[in-house]
Amino acid sequence: MYEHLETAENRDSLKRVVVDPVSRVEGHGKVTLLLDADNKVQQARLHIVEFRGFERFIQGRPYWELPVLVQRLCGICPVSHHLAAAKAIDQLVGIDPENLPVSADKLRRLLHFGQVLQSHALHFFHLSSPDLLFGFESDISKRSIVAVLSEYPEIGVQGVKLRKYGQEVIRMVSGKRIHGTGAIAGGMNKSLTKAERDYLLEDIDQMITWAEGSVALIKKVHCSNLPYYDDFATIRTNYLGLTKPDGALELYHGGIRAKNEHGETIMDHIDYCKYNDYIHEEVRSWTYMKFPYLLSLGQEQGWYRVGPLARVNNCDYIDTPLAEAARVEFKAHSGEAMVHSTLAFHWTRLIEVLHCAESIKQLLNDPDIMGSDLVAQGEKRYEGVGVIEAPRGTLFHHYQVDENDIVTKANLIVSTTSNNMAMNESVRQVAAEYLSGRELTEPLLNNLEVAIRAYDPCLSCATHAVGKMPLQLELVDAEGNLIDKLVKHSDGQIERNNA
Amino acid sequence: MLKPVLLFGYGNLSRGDDALGPLLLEYAESHCGLDEVEVLTDFQLQIEHALDLENRRLVLFVDASVACVDAFDFTVLEPARDKSYTTHAMSPAAVLDVYQSIKNQTPPPCFLLSIKAEQFELGDGLSANAETNLVEACSFAGRLLSNPDLGFWLKQANAV
Repeated sequence: MYEHLETAENRDSLKRVVVDPVSRVEGHGKVTLLLDADNKVQQARLHIVEFRGFERFIQGRPYWELPVLVQRLCGICPVSHHLAAAKAIDQLVGIDPENLPVSADKLRRLLHFGQVLQSHALHFFHLSSPDLLFGFESDISKRSIVAVLSEYPEIGVQGVKLRKYGQEVIRMVSGKRIHGTGAIAGGMNKSLTKAERDYLLEDIDQMITWAEGSVALIKKVHCSNLPYYDDFATIRTNYLGLTKPDGALELYHGGIRAKNEHGETIMDHIDYCKYNDYIHEEVRSWTYMKFPYLLSLGQEQGWYRVGPLARVNNCDYIDTPLAEAARVEFKAHSGEAMVHSTLAFHWTRLIEVLHCAESIKQLLNDPDIMGSDLVAQGEKRYEGVGVIEAPRGTLFHHYQVDENDIVTKANLIVSTTSNNMAMNESVRQVAAEYLSGRELTEPLLNNLEVAIRAYDPCLSCATHAVGKMPLQLELVDAEGNLIDKLVKHSDGQIERNNA
Repeated sequence: MLKPVLLFGYGNLSRGDDALGPLLLEYAESHCGLDEVEVLTDFQLQIEHALDLENRRLVLFVDASVACVDAFDFTVLEPARDKSYTTHAMSPAAVLDVYQSIKNQTPPPCFLLSIKAEQFELGDGLSANAETNLVEACSFAGRLLSNPDLGFWLKQANAV
């Protein structure tokens, strides 16, 4: 599909541009652009080194610790790891998804909708709305949530409160804001009380209204400059994600569906426990991140995108009415079976926010969430696979345990890994557009960030401590000489160090 | 009932020295009188934390920092726009700025206790230096929490 990424001729003679975010805030990441003799971008390599060590972190621990332990892998979507781990260890105690108690299943879904709502709200209102509302090359002082709060106070406040509402759903269901122990092997450790249910119901209609407003806003922004939005960093790819048995959008549990760029089905209703039969991970020498691909299509053609764009593209419909209407409008705007615009991730993210808000309301009105039958137990097994649609895409947790219940082997495929190849290609496209000659520019830096950010990669599964520079961009010639360097400090200021 | 003082330590317990903020909270919970103090922790600061500042008399943020020169630093916080717009996390000053924007009022007096940190690898414990720094910071925080008075805290901030 994009085989030139790794097959440029005379790679030894290519120049290298290195973008190196070294901040704890963003995690360690680096973008390397390989240029040819004519200073044209031939390759892009996005390094995100914080993913190393996940499996080692899990191995050697008793399985029942995992739902709490794995939350520490990511400060942004701990609940997704929590639930993926819980689904995997359900199987270790002999419980398949269909045998989970109804109340436990619904509480987990409620927890997950809260998580996706708050994560997407954070991404849009905090990270993306400054770009979208002020323009991708606007003054640095405007690129923040506080600028949005100043100039679009209504939207800014809605973002804060949507995010807060999602956090409150998590707190009510799991008992704590973070390090919650809601999901356990075979079920949940508590249900909602009537008071907790009523507390969440108080604001849910407002959340739905705001979510509707956010979909209208992103549609307006996207369609206001359709050629640009449809072309920026856009790639035609395969898409993968979970769906319900009837093809509806599914975030918590379903079969794996993959479609190609034309919307034709590659595979459908695949039991995710057998993911290894369909998805392989390629290792490359220059990065800790693997490159997953569909085995049936091979390494070159089989890579795919996951996340909100993939999910909305892949599903046949959404089973909540407002989100379904938004999906229909979204699909109609492109006139194609699949929407490939990378910036459309933002639009689909907000469609999912609306779906989550509607689904939370449905579940809060379901008496099962206050039920008391919460845990099931079966025969011990030695292997479990949990897959969930995390905010950023399909998340796989796969464990093997020994007779002492200690994890002997773990494999995780996080969503950002699945989007690895796609991010590389989007970065390459943007660099090809904005990099020319031998000088690095701030617009190039900005646009690279916009492209990467559309995928909402888990750059922050690291930590947040202050004091290191977040972004470094270097231009290195074929002889290894540094010919230009831009440093973006943690306060957003740009410093140029000419070599 | 809402307690007038908020002690907010943030960080990841499983990433080496990033645990300094939450570990100081553990010390406070076992060694300090917290009748007036609410203890809050999270992985990192986010926009909604602005709402946790409401109706407080004093707020103390506690964080690991690679920028610290000494074992710890104690400073007064002022609202400030966070320009590192790609981040998933916010600075405490930016949280104050969000508070100011959404509440249309000045945030309560807020202070930052930064503890010098070095390593952040997943699965690591505290570095030896961070352990020493934590002991000093805990002792200092204990004095603050036993005297939750704005004048006293300001004096300490000027002295450090």
